Amino acid sequence: MAEWFQDNGLLLGLALLDGLSSAGLIFLVAVGLNLVFGVLRIVNVAHGSLYAIGAYSAASIGIFLASLGLPGWASIPALVVSAALVGAVLGPLIERFLLRRIYAQEEVVQLLVTFALFMVLEDVQKLVWGVQPIHHDTAMTLLGTIDIPFAGDVIPFTNYQLFVLPGFAVVTLVGLAWFLRRTLTGRVIVAVTTDREAATAMGIDASRIYLLTFSFGAALAALGGALSSPTAALVPGIGAQTIVLSFAVVATAGLGQIEGAALTSLMMGLGRSIAVYFEPELEVVVPYIIMVLVLLVRPQGLFGVTETRRV
Amino acid sequence: MRKIEPILAVLLAAAMIAAAIAAPWLRFVLTIALAKGIAVLGIMLLLRAGQVSFGHALYVAFGAYVVAFLAPRLNDAVLLLAAAAVGAGLLGLLIGLFVARYRQIFFGMLNLAMCMVFYSLLEKLYHITRGSDGIRVEVMPVAGQALDRVAYEWAIFGIALALALGLGILLRLYLSSPMGEALAGIKTRETRLEFMGVPARGVLLSAYVISAVVGGIGGALIAMTSRHVTPLLSYWTASGELVFIAILGGAGGVLGPFLGAAAYELIRVYAAASFADAWQMILGAALLLVILFAPGGLWGMAGRLAGGRGR
Repeated sequence: MAEWFQDNGLLLGLALLDGLSSAGLIFLVAVGLNLVFGVLRIVNVAHGSLYAIGAYSAASIGIFLASLGLPGWASIPALVVSAALVGAVLGPLIERFLLRRIYAQEEVVQLLVTFALFMVLEDVQKLVWGVQPIHHDTAMTLLGTIDIPFAGDVIPFTNYQLFVLPGFAVVTLVGLAWFLRRTLTGRVIVAVTTDREAATAMGIDASRIYLLTFSFGAALAALGGALSSPTAALVPGIGAQTIVLSFAVVATAGLGQIEGAALTSLMMGLGRSIAVYFEPELEVVVPYIIMVLVLLVRPQGLFGVTETRRV
Repeated sequence: MRKIEPILAVLLAAAMIAAAIAAPWLRFVLTIALAKGIAVLGIMLLLRAGQVSFGHALYVAFGAYVVAFLAPRLNDAVLLLAAAAVGAGLLGLLIGLFVARYRQIFFGMLNLAMCMVFYSLLEKLYHITRGSDGIRVEVMPVAGQALDRVAYEWAIFGIALALALGLGILLRLYLSSPMGEALAGIKTRETRLEFMGVPARGVLLSAYVISAVVGGIGGALIAMTSRHVTPLLSYWTASGELVFIAILGGAGGVLGPFLGAAAYELIRVYAAASFADAWQMILGAALLLVILFAPGGLWGMAGRLAGGRGR
């Protein structure tokens, strides 16, 4: 064991750091998906497209600001601004004109509507941003790197990935938990999630809550995309990759569970990055293995609540 | 509507043969459409039980790779089709024993997980599967007869058409049998089904295995027609495509999947030819239109045109 650690300690340290930063990203996207599912009862396949559009707009805004001659630090707030933009523009558009028409339909149909939307948005991205990789990493290079002492050695790691990504995830987790439990709007959202009929009978305006939740979920997806944009080149297909991973997180965590989504994201982020460094063939498989193992033991998800069977 | 179904099926088959004679390139498109229609029969079966599998591309890809792997050793289309059907059936039994315990989103996501695991194995195990390059399938003898390329393509078209008709009749019988009727019971109230002494899990498992078998057959036909298999056959968007075709056709009768598949493939070919970058968008928009304005799918539309009451 000690010998193995001597040889692979550095790799393990790097894997843990990488896992932490990717867990932060996964969490942001998955928690938005989970929130939307909890309230609207729709599995939003297009959530992945919102992630991709968030990433692309962040890069575009960053490049635009740089062309205006603004200093590099301006691209950091641009990440958050682009996420808010996507949430505020696309969210209400999609909810009002598309989802609102299908709330009464079967689950299959709802799933398919978001799948169709995903196909449309996927091509919209290609038409707007083209198929060439887009790279804009000012935000990451600006913050520099840090040398982390680990097992008698040092690992250089970017400040952006170490502090910004997990930082946003933690702030979102704490903020969301506080918002849902302590504010009126948050409690109303929880009420609609738990029992839509009873909540509307109490006089809650469900359609306003739907609009609010969906836009907020869209903004979270876009935020995940925007924050990821400095760390990797943007290519078509990133939305499709992200959404399957978020599905796995949501199903593993249990529906409507925020803390569960955080823990699951951490497990999957770490599991995946450890696989990248030690068994690269397994990288894509690891999240699904975790999911299957969890569901074997807890069929309703890690934190899910068993529903009473209706007769 | 149900009474004139056989007549419609014969008319549709005749129209397909006429189209295949009139334009050789249509023969290719229609064979693929028939193959996908056969695979979608399985999706339709699960939809009858109210369950959406977002991972049935797994069985299609499995059937296709069975053909690609065994073709050098078992060089005959008929034997390969049988091997693909049996192999996919066994795989379906194995996975079905696990996933038939779950419902709704968990059922969908577990299937998706299995499908993605298979995808990444195909992609990563390069020395066996040749990764994303895929494997070429040569023209092979059919039922012991060595054929030239054109005769081979006609033979595969004929087999696909015969299988579509045969499997359509079998599944129609299955759906009207007590087992098939119990499937609809899972959708409405599973608990009541069990109170009557019907093992719901067993009913769903049998439908699942059948869906895997037809998926495998469809996949084998796709491999024989396109004569090239790649891991993309198992990507999650391919599973979405199958559900898409099921909804497009309308889940009413066994003809729905074939109507849906023919329409899907034709739209796709035309859209790809005229707008190379936007074919997904056109398909997505077509799907949205069908869901919003023709909820019964093409089958329902045909029913209304025929003056009947749909099913």
